Amino acid sequence: MQVFIENLAASHNYQPTRLMLILRAIQDRYHYIPEPAIRQLAGLLKIPGTQIIGVIEFYSFFHLTPRGQYELLISDSITDHMLGKHNLMAYLSAKLQVAVGAVRSDGLVSLDNMSCSGLCDQGPAGLVNGYALTRLDRPRIDLITDLINQQKPLDKWPGELFQVNDNLIKSGLLLDDPIAPGDALRAAFKRGLQETLAEITQSGLRGRGGAGYTTGWKWHLCYEGPEENAFCDVDAQKQLQRYVICNADEGEPGTFKDRVLLSSYAHQVFEGMTVCAAIVGATEGFLYLRGEYLFLYDKLQAILAERRQADLLGGNILGKGIAFDIEICLGAGAYICGEESALIESLEGKMGIPRNRPPYPVTQGYLGKPTVVNNVETFMAAASIAVNGGNGFANMGTEKSKGTKILSISGDCSQPGIYEYPFGATIQTILNDCGADDVLGVQIGGPSGTFISNQELGRKLAFEDLATGGSFIIFNNSRNILDIVHNFTHFFAHESCGFCTPCRVGTSLLKQQLDKIVDGHGSAGDIVALEELCQLVKSNSHCGLGQTAANPILTTLERYPELYQSQLKKISYEPGFDLDGALETARRMAQRNDAAAHLEQIGEDHE
Amino acid sequence: MNKTITIDGKTIPFEDGQTIMAAATAADVYIPHLCHHPELSPHGSCKLCTVKVNGRNCSACTFPAAEGQDVLNNTKEINDDRQKITQMLFVEGNHFCPSCEKTGNCQLQAVAYHLNMLDNHFPLFYPKREMDASHPDVMIDHNRCIFCTLCVRASQQHDGKDVFAISGRGINKHLIVNAQSGLLKDTDLDMNDKAAHVCPTGAILIKRTGYQVPIGQRLYDHHEIDQVSLVTENPHHGE
Ligand SMILES: Cc1cc2nc3c(=O)[nH]c(=O)nc-3n(C[C@H](O)[C@H](O)[C@H](O)COP(=O)(O)O)c2cc1C
Ligand code: SF4
Ligand code: SF4
Ligand code: FES
Ligand code: FES
Repeated sequence: MQVFIENLAASHNYQPTRLMLILRAIQDRYHYIPEPAIRQLAGLLKIPGTQIIGVIEFYSFFHLTPRGQYELLISDSITDHMLGKHNLMAYLSAKLQVAVGAVRSDGLVSLDNMSCSGLCDQGPAGLVNGYALTRLDRPRIDLITDLINQQKPLDKWPGELFQVNDNLIKSGLLLDDPIAPGDALRAAFKRGLQETLAEITQSGLRGRGGAGYTTGWKWHLCYEGPEENAFCDVDAQKQLQRYVICNADEGEPGTFKDRVLLSSYAHQVFEGMTVCAAIVGATEGFLYLRGEYLFLYDKLQAILAERRQADLLGGNILGKGIAFDIEICLGAGAYICGEESALIESLEGKMGIPRNRPPYPVTQGYLGKPTVVNNVETFMAAASIAVNGGNGFANMGTEKSKGTKILSISGDCSQPGIYEYPFGATIQTILNDCGADDVLGVQIGGPSGTFISNQELGRKLAFEDLATGGSFIIFNNSRNILDIVHNFTHFFAHESCGFCTPCRVGTSLLKQQLDKIVDGHGSAGDIVALEELCQLVKSNSHCGLGQTAANPILTTLERYPELYQSQLKKISYEPGFDLDGALETARRMAQRNDAAAHLEQIGEDHE
Repeated sequence: MNKTITIDGKTIPFEDGQTIMAAATAADVYIPHLCHHPELSPHGSCKLCTVKVNGRNCSACTFPAAEGQDVLNNTKEINDDRQKITQMLFVEGNHFCPSCEKTGNCQLQAVAYHLNMLDNHFPLFYPKREMDASHPDVMIDHNRCIFCTLCVRASQQHDGKDVFAISGRGINKHLIVNAQSGLLKDTDLDMNDKAAHVCPTGAILIKRTGYQVPIGQRLYDHHEIDQVSLVTENPHHGE
């Protein structure tokens, strides 16, 4: 092992910023990160061992204790549940003879849940040793069980188990008309870089990752750099190191459009990054790819190699004397790393904890240098605008939301997949297109977004009405709203980074308080308490995760108050724990079970 | 011309680069805090110092003061939220004040009194956490750690060591120490290090000093935390 670690660290130039990739390689080989490896790495990378332990314990895909040689994870997204995940998991667990969350005694296989795998259009889905498994059903599970018990290496497994389809169903402005490699760069150089930035600003393009910040302004701010640089002469400005990062963490449950963009439009995404780099003056860039998309890694590396070959990346891009290259970093199972400053921390080899702002990444980002962070789709759109100019884009959409939006549609509809719409499209139009009827409601923007009821289907896809990073989950009338809220609320508690008190403790309290009501133990005051807690977490949390973690409860409580009410017991107060149950040990010790040894819970009020 | 902000209507001068917390402290205005320490870099995690800046919630200990800021600090609405956040810290750990050696000297307890916290409000988590009494002079009772990272920062920034760190995610956060054994005795912590004395709660205690000052005669038994805080953190207090 010592030699393996030494070589591994050497292959990453002993850079602590490569910690995520190094740990991934160790986990992959030993199925955990052994203690001696941590000590050795701490020495080789010259960082405290506590930083390495911190990182291992922060990310879901790293472990301090051994997992199985086959690490199986099953996606716990609401869409997987709707496709029968619950029964399937029980079947899988029985078949493999391993409990959920455990390692089988022979060490061969471990089984656990994972947050949304980004395969909601072809679930139930999961991962085996990091590689995506799709469309799981009983026959597939039988097959997987046999393959594991025969100890077949993954590359000998039938390819169809790993088949990931694009499911590209409705294309528009962007998906219809991909650019040819190099076109955006040539157009940008021809027009002039600052002129191209002006086109991007004029196009009205706003970030597609959720927050909707105007992309042109972001690039301009990064180009300017921090305030103290404003007075430098142009040459000094040029010296300043800057970075361009593509955010492909895509962790919001129900979002999978970036997966398809990277699978089929990667050239255009990389080209958008390169145009950005040329404009702001960055020489290094990163693609932060969520660990769940490991299956895309080799393909993307090959495309980067092709681009270097074609002088679209490297030391002298298209002979213009401009240098830029892109590295791929893999995440390891942490939704919070989609938040841009947490993502940067992760890229620096640390736990994904959101930074304090200001300063913002555009002035102090990766390694403290001005950094652009944009979503995959944002870069793709920017490349298209660089070729076609900003007008066509600006002429589409609404007043405040220009262009088109690519949606990931899943849930109760006949054709889940990728759809592109001009902003301003109504929800009803979208539902008609994807074959959804008998609709109960739609979750727009994922758990952190909004649940709308079937009374609101005339509303519009737009930043000024219903904003979404791409997640669009449809529920029909057979679904139970409280199950949905339960799933989402547990998701946030699991994914809270734990940095700030309101989110760390608050998301766990939200989970408890909601479960109490859903399980039928709630009483009159409990809904008021729940709502108060929601407001507290929303308004006091450090970052967007905590600030939106109560949205599933708030948006459904607002629309279906009677649903929550109907769960309540007709008592004025219900204790938070089982009084009688708590006496069980005492009864056993005293060997008593008479009536006097039992405590009555507060009884039902008589009306 | 001096630059100023207002806090609860009062005009407060500030210098460029100062946080709202620093400007407030220098002007003898108390903003409740637990993870802030004037000699250490700001952290912004406990959220007790939340103030409203031009209508938006911000952490006073990290947010830079800037001309034109209208800051609300000591309002009922804000203090109600602070009380709930303090209650969260109590239910998350195991804080049995009457049996804790830190009682009366504890900032968590004192801030709870200051905010008029009378009960836990939320259900207790009763987490199972260990003690580490391995070090000859210093002990850790993890039951009382609130993850403020003051010990982490004091060790790095003041003592020039790296004894402590916070590990884990979400509600599973925990304090770890820099030793292969995971025990405090195998770190290079010395009882005179700042890191051993900076803990706002009873999570890090110096051995053989317990109960030297009787309960009832301790710091916060006689002084409110706002006064203590300004006396200790503002070198020009009362001028
Ligand atoms: C908890 C959280 C998760 C996020 N996840 C993502 C993500 O997966 N992908 C993404 O592009 N942006 C995500 N964002 C938004 C980013 O912080 C950032 O605003 C975005 O990457 C900027 O790119 P854009 O301007 O192109 O949208 C997330 C934000 C938060 C608070
Ligand atoms: S640390 Fe403070 S709050 Fe916690 S038990 Fe001790 S005295 Fe009470
Ligand atoms: S031990 Fe004390 S100082 Fe260190 S993080 Fe915990 S509460 Fe803060
Ligand atoms: S601080 Fe981590 S989620 Fe809020
Ligand atoms: S004192 Fe500001 S967040 Fe803790």
